[in-house]
Amino acid sequence: MADSHIFVLPNSGHNFDAKASKMGMWLFLFTELLLFGGLFLVYMIYRFLNQDAFLLASFELNVWMGTINTIVLLTSSMTIAMAITALQKGNAKLAITLSWLTILAALGFLVIKYFEWSSKFEHGLFPGMDHFDGLPLGERLYFYLYFFMTGLHALHVIVGGVFIAVVIRLIKKGKVTKERYSLLENSGLYWHLVDLIWIYLFPLFYLIH
Amino acid sequence: MSETVVQQPSFFQTKKGLFSWIFTLDHKRIGILYLYSIGLFFLVAAGLGILMRLELLNPGRDLIEAQTYNQVFTLHGVIMIFLFIIPSVPAVFGNFFLPIMLGTDDVAFPRLNLFSWWLYILGALFALSTLVFGDGPADTGWTFYAPYSVKTGTNVTTSVLAAFILGFSSILTGLNFIVTIHRLRTPGMGFNQMPLFAWALYATSWIQLLATPVIGITLLMIVAERVFGIGLFDPSIGGDPILYQHLFWIYSHPAVYIMALPAMGIVSEIIPTFAQRTIFGYKAIAYSSMAIAFVGYFVWGHHMFTSGMSGPAAIVFSIMTFFVAIPTAVKVFNWVATLYKGSIDIQVPLLFALAFIFNFLIGGLTGLVLGALAADVHVHDTYFVVGHFHYVMFGGAGFAFFGALHYWFPKMWGRMYNKKVANTAFALLFIGFNTTYFPMLILGLKGMPRRYYDYLPEFHDLNILSTFGSWILVTGIIVMVINLFAGGLKGKNASSNPWNGITLEWQTQSPPPLHNFDKMPELPEGGPYNYPNAKNADH
Repeated sequence: MADSHIFVLPNSGHNFDAKASKMGMWLFLFTELLLFGGLFLVYMIYRFLNQDAFLLASFELNVWMGTINTIVLLTSSMTIAMAITALQKGNAKLAITLSWLTILAALGFLVIKYFEWSSKFEHGLFPGMDHFDGLPLGERLYFYLYFFMTGLHALHVIVGGVFIAVVIRLIKKGKVTKERYSLLENSGLYWHLVDLIWIYLFPLFYLIH
Repeated sequence: MSETVVQQPSFFQTKKGLFSWIFTLDHKRIGILYLYSIGLFFLVAAGLGILMRLELLNPGRDLIEAQTYNQVFTLHGVIMIFLFIIPSVPAVFGNFFLPIMLGTDDVAFPRLNLFSWWLYILGALFALSTLVFGDGPADTGWTFYAPYSVKTGTNVTTSVLAAFILGFSSILTGLNFIVTIHRLRTPGMGFNQMPLFAWALYATSWIQLLATPVIGITLLMIVAERVFGIGLFDPSIGGDPILYQHLFWIYSHPAVYIMALPAMGIVSEIIPTFAQRTIFGYKAIAYSSMAIAFVGYFVWGHHMFTSGMSGPAAIVFSIMTFFVAIPTAVKVFNWVATLYKGSIDIQVPLLFALAFIFNFLIGGLTGLVLGALAADVHVHDTYFVVGHFHYVMFGGAGFAFFGALHYWFPKMWGRMYNKKVANTAFALLFIGFNTTYFPMLILGLKGMPRRYYDYLPEFHDLNILSTFGSWILVTGIIVMVINLFAGGLKGKNASSNPWNGITLEWQTQSPPPLHNFDKMPELPEGGPYNYPNAKNADH
């Protein structure tokens, strides 16, 4: 193993390959899009079949909270993009600060989401609660989808935040640097995906009137 | 064997101990880890299959209750599909041989590769834990059709989560292979100089990547429905069960090609080697893999002709299904044309490849019967379907897996199995397989429904024949497994190129060293199967 004269292929899988790592991330993002794609398909079909009920149910959501959350996420996408540029220019310290800001925004998003969900619970709007079970079928479908899709999205926010936190640690350790910034770039790509999915969820649930 | 160069330590010898295996980043060791785990689950599920055949020996209850029978066929299906046949060829032989055939030393993401195996094991533990914990294994069939899967008291949640985790593992393997093929080919090897096995894996990987997430989300919806009452599929609380079937088959039909395409890739390797002849229609075979992968996305509706579907939709799905037969037939004709005027050396791997063609032909043609609208209504949910997919999955993909095992065995272990015993095992498998499953096709045409532990007395004779066949089949499996283990432990040393193959894996020693090659591999001139230019290897 430790032989110094051992032959190593030029095209070794153990070489650092920024292009490969970016390609892998993009492929993974495709799978995420398809994961949510299945849900968007279900949404489309049920909305088509229950247009009036979906409209009625959507008035239960708080557009203001949704708007604030959209702004929070868009800002966080900007800060992570800036973090990548900062690292590419060699300013690791600024990159770390900007990444922390992104995580902060992620937490802010989750806090607002928490208040939104708990107000639904207070109104008895969750499967199994009396008020919910009394709703007409179409409105129940709307809330099934609302909880499932925003819940899954919130999980992705958490995963994205943890991913960025790990990268911050690696920048501090000097493993992610100006020359090897792929991992930060990938965490940014993932974060943009989380953002992008929200950009679709927001109008679908809050805005179509 | 007289080797001119000093042998490097093989990848078996570089490190020892359990941890050097379960935390290895070496693609060859990960391939072997998969082989042992997949092999184990295959034997478990084959045991369940034998149990079902025994129950069906006579009408009425012989061995197990109706409910137990339902759980047995579900577990048989879940293990065979998600733990054996989907990962079988890509995870074992893809991992072991794709990097070597491309002339590199590992996959693009070695750590992710190890992570995929761990996910596989986690998924397997979830699937098997239903035997011990909770209210027993699921009794829904491997398709988990709603609304029954939402309402049954058995442990569907865990089984479904197992399938979700295994799907994730499958996605990551596919992702790894795509990037490996794009980034790590040896200098001078373009896409059209790749071995056809690599092409088949490339097409497969795209299906794994683009279809699996859909079933992932569908299975999560089942879990959410069972755990939180998010009723997207159960009509009594709002949902639509037909929608579940659509989402399920959007993945699960392309998944059929996850099982079949790598098997076809193996046949495309074995046939030119044992005919010592350039493959006929290299590009046609390569691109037909991509064509099957593409068209395969648009045929899922043929599983649902009787579930309620508009006439025009059914006709479109039926026509698309017939289209899949075209690229498949292209492959079969090319294989046969490759054999024509070749110097054929009939060895066990070739026998398996030929058996693949024979079985797959029956499986494919019965598939067309099922894809035809009028015929499908007649044989839907009968033993005809059971016979058809066992011909495709077991007689096709399974036999190709066994063929690959015999073809690459000397490369993986550096030893040769007993060829006479291997021939006997093959004969038992082939005869046993056809005796088990051909009667099912006839039973189905006569109207015997599937998924019951009981049947009418007029089906008795053919069921006896089928059960008798299953005993021959299992004898064949046992003989094969023992022979391979004996060969691995005590077999004669094999040369680095016992079959005189010219793809890159035959240029390195057997078993390969940790880094696969101790010098730059040389591409054969004029394409990966250009035999006339190949030097004769030392026998």
